[in-house]
Amino acid sequence: MPRIRVDVDGATYEDDVEPRVLLVHYLRDRLGKVGTPVGCDTSNCGACTVLMDGVSVKSCSVLAVQADGRDVTTVEGLGLNGTEHPMQRAFHEEHALQCGYCTPGMIMASIDLLRENADPSEEEIRDGLEGNLCRCTGYQNIVRAVRRAAGEMREPSEREVAP
Amino acid sequence: MTATAEGPAAAKEVGAPRKRSEDARLVTGRTRWTDNITPAGTLHVAFLRSPHAHARITRVDTSPAREHPGVVTVLSGSDIADEQGALPCAWVVTEDMKHPDHPPMAVAEVRYVGEPVACVVARDRYAAIDALEEIDVDYEPLPAVTDMEDALAEGADLVHTGLGTNKSYTWVFENGDLDAALRDAPVVLERRYVQQRLIPSAMEPRAVLCVPEGEEFTLYSSTQIPHILRLMLATVTGIPEHRLRVVAPDVGGGFGSKLQVYGEEVIALLLARRLGRPVKWTESRSEGNMTVHHGRDQIQRLTLAAERDGRIRGLKVDLLADMGAYLMLVTPGIPLLGAFMFNGIYKMDAYSFTCSGVFTTKTPTDAYRGAGRPEATYAIERLMDELAAELDLDPIEVRRRNWIGHEEFPYETVAGLTYDSGDYESATEKALGLFDYDALRAEQAARRERRDPVQLGIGVSTFTEMCGIAPSRVLGSLSYGAGGWEHAAVRVLPSGKVEVVTGTSPHGQGHETAWAQITADRLGVPFEDVKVLHGDTAVSPKGMDTYGSRSLAVGGIALSSACDKVVDKARRVAAHLLEAAETDLDFDGGRFSVRGVPEEGRTIQEIASAAFTAHDLPDGLEPSLDSDATFDPENFSFPHGTHLCAAEVDTETGMVRIHRYVAVDDVGKVVNPLIVEGQVHGGLAQGIAQALYEEAVYDAEGNLTTTTMADYLVPSAADLPHFITGRTETPATSNPLGVKGVGEAGTIASTPAVVNAIVDALRPYGVHDVAMPCTPERVWRALRSGSGTGGSGAPPGGTAPGAGGGLGSEGGTR
Repeated sequence: MPRIRVDVDGATYEDDVEPRVLLVHYLRDRLGKVGTPVGCDTSNCGACTVLMDGVSVKSCSVLAVQADGRDVTTVEGLGLNGTEHPMQRAFHEEHALQCGYCTPGMIMASIDLLRENADPSEEEIRDGLEGNLCRCTGYQNIVRAVRRAAGEMREPSEREVAP
Repeated sequence: MTATAEGPAAAKEVGAPRKRSEDARLVTGRTRWTDNITPAGTLHVAFLRSPHAHARITRVDTSPAREHPGVVTVLSGSDIADEQGALPCAWVVTEDMKHPDHPPMAVAEVRYVGEPVACVVARDRYAAIDALEEIDVDYEPLPAVTDMEDALAEGADLVHTGLGTNKSYTWVFENGDLDAALRDAPVVLERRYVQQRLIPSAMEPRAVLCVPEGEEFTLYSSTQIPHILRLMLATVTGIPEHRLRVVAPDVGGGFGSKLQVYGEEVIALLLARRLGRPVKWTESRSEGNMTVHHGRDQIQRLTLAAERDGRIRGLKVDLLADMGAYLMLVTPGIPLLGAFMFNGIYKMDAYSFTCSGVFTTKTPTDAYRGAGRPEATYAIERLMDELAAELDLDPIEVRRRNWIGHEEFPYETVAGLTYDSGDYESATEKALGLFDYDALRAEQAARRERRDPVQLGIGVSTFTEMCGIAPSRVLGSLSYGAGGWEHAAVRVLPSGKVEVVTGTSPHGQGHETAWAQITADRLGVPFEDVKVLHGDTAVSPKGMDTYGSRSLAVGGIALSSACDKVVDKARRVAAHLLEAAETDLDFDGGRFSVRGVPEEGRTIQEIASAAFTAHDLPDGLEPSLDSDATFDPENFSFPHGTHLCAAEVDTETGMVRIHRYVAVDDVGKVVNPLIVEGQVHGGLAQGIAQALYEEAVYDAEGNLTTTTMADYLVPSAADLPHFITGRTETPATSNPLGVKGVGEAGTIASTPAVVNAIVDALRPYGVHDVAMPCTPERVWRALRSGSGTGGSGAPPGGTAPGAGGGLGSEGGTR
């Protein structure tokens, strides 16, 4: 079995894993990182989105062995010193979640969206989040939340908490 | 309600857009989904499912799978036939309803693709799934039954041979003289509409974990109904109810799909009993699409008779409702919830409703957001636009001539309900203003004039619905197997903090926030001092759970009453401590004071402390302020509203784009406008999705071709418009808070608004209908054919080219 070394949310892990184990199952079943949920088995829903070296990936579509030597950030690794990330705050402020199952993936995908475009329009946000499905909100408040977080993150004082 | 007159004077929390207290754990991943819970020693279950729509099981060989490393046991349906019982149906709608046996795991015959046939229990999910491949099952295929109309024909192949028919029941409601209404009617419209089959698609797949503790069991499940599930599991398995604890931890949406007693829940319980170890099963999305109950799936034949001026004489409704292969918890009753709603907000003298439930070899149907009312609302609101077109009237005007005036409430409808309140005029006026109706009509005319390839259509939906399910007596009269009350308890802790125990079971609705708002106001305590407990039968022993937009209109009233009882108890203690008569006390902002002497007073926290120490209480008074209440409504509540949709239709490609969507909803008094708006948004998304995107498609052999989210098109952010929402507020008179319920309104109202808009755009082309979902292909075909049934005339069961049979598959909806 291959041995991998991966940083997850600030801690380093070394594990032997079966080559076929999905990253999301490694996170959930081996590391107990259950904050990242699984919503489908065809990489359509995006609930399992995490950042790998700062770029969003659907962790159901990545093998654990592919994360070897990489830095993975899940929703559990956001924020600094007990404060929430601006994106987490914005989702709360704008009522951008109801059941919350899609929320970890939606937040991670939104952070990546702002990495590429710091000031996206409503249409750019809608297109950018096309790979993340939500069944509760109708997306309008998610769009608002991303706009709000974008505004906050463009202010210098907030930049340092971005992953 | 006793305290309204003298209760807290100023409501500070109710009506405020309080941000949700649920969010903190959900945005940080500190969640408790069922699949997150894995006690030491947990075994994992995987199910082998039928690849046939209909077949006899002639042999199951589980022995090779048992040898697979990590496998603990493998069981077929026949291995547990003696102990698995039958899944319950709690709604026997007629005395002669055909009600076939429904084993949790198939024993002798399978009747839909995905039905469980055997299961593997192993030390991890990978081993369990690997071993499935080594189970050998011999099937003898039987004919699939996929078309409801064919299924009722003489000599049709049968889903359940022993029943001798594919018809489960026929249920009839009649009022007034429909023959007279139809006779010589100046206008008669006959239409056939199809409500396609939908897959609820909550984002959290189902999961169940059963933990044995000696002879007792704790079952965690992603369910909307922990209380009902506990009773039903006891009934099915014979395990005494008081030995079962059911927990609904964080639940990731339901939309009706988790208002169910599923075979996997029963099997998990039986496996935990057999093996003495925790047992967990988590579904994959692909198996969920096949096995979570589906929604809608009706063929509606409608006849509307009207006068030349547009006034409706009468309506005849003839439904076929697809039950799927078995009757599940409330399967047969779902279409009947529509029986009382086909008349909508309109006055008429005659009404006839007939519904036949039909068995097919498909996944069973049951509640999906709206449950019977979206189907009814679609029919009447499509018909109203058709009537307007027939008479060359504006669709708003034809509605105005028929709707119940605001001064006519309470109004007894032709379907036998009493609408307690409403103001359709105000909601419509507000919607027309927000929409800029006249400007869009002018824009439509201009595009028609210049033969713009992108035409504009305007769709109207002036809807109402019945929710707040439900008055127990009414449920009894409909032969439902339970009541519709709700329970709440309020505990005032020694420190003055408050615990609320509710029988509702939220799974995204925000009860933890809204219930704390109600409590804060009634008791005069800070919002932050209230904790809401729910979803665990050991903590919340009594409840009827969450569905049918009932939680606030029933559970919220129970909570309010329980709070009032707390205040009544506290008043007696306060009177004693203040040496005053109870009648001389004012209660305001959480403080009792002697009338006229405001400086003499005790806060409710001080009284809680006094009750805790019990050093100085009046003789005979229990040392507790804790109270509970059970509320059974006398009537349903009737949210209503006016939704307007402007849709752009590209006549060259068939592509539909929603140009503007206005939803004005009247849900009565509002506890939290932020949550209400969120519920409307989400409801709109699902209703629009039915109109434009979603359909569970079966091929002629009964195979579901939309098993994944690549084929079954749950819309993304890019597929939905920005919504413009507004509210009018006509309080319900049927409950003391004046609330109505908002969970389903958006879904119920929006589907006909969208389709009406599409048809409106295409009327100049001779199109009078487009089958749902109105995919580009269907719209394009409707335009080309001119007759405009847009796909519903396709050959049975055929799948047209497209994304896996989902996107625009012509033959799906029949």
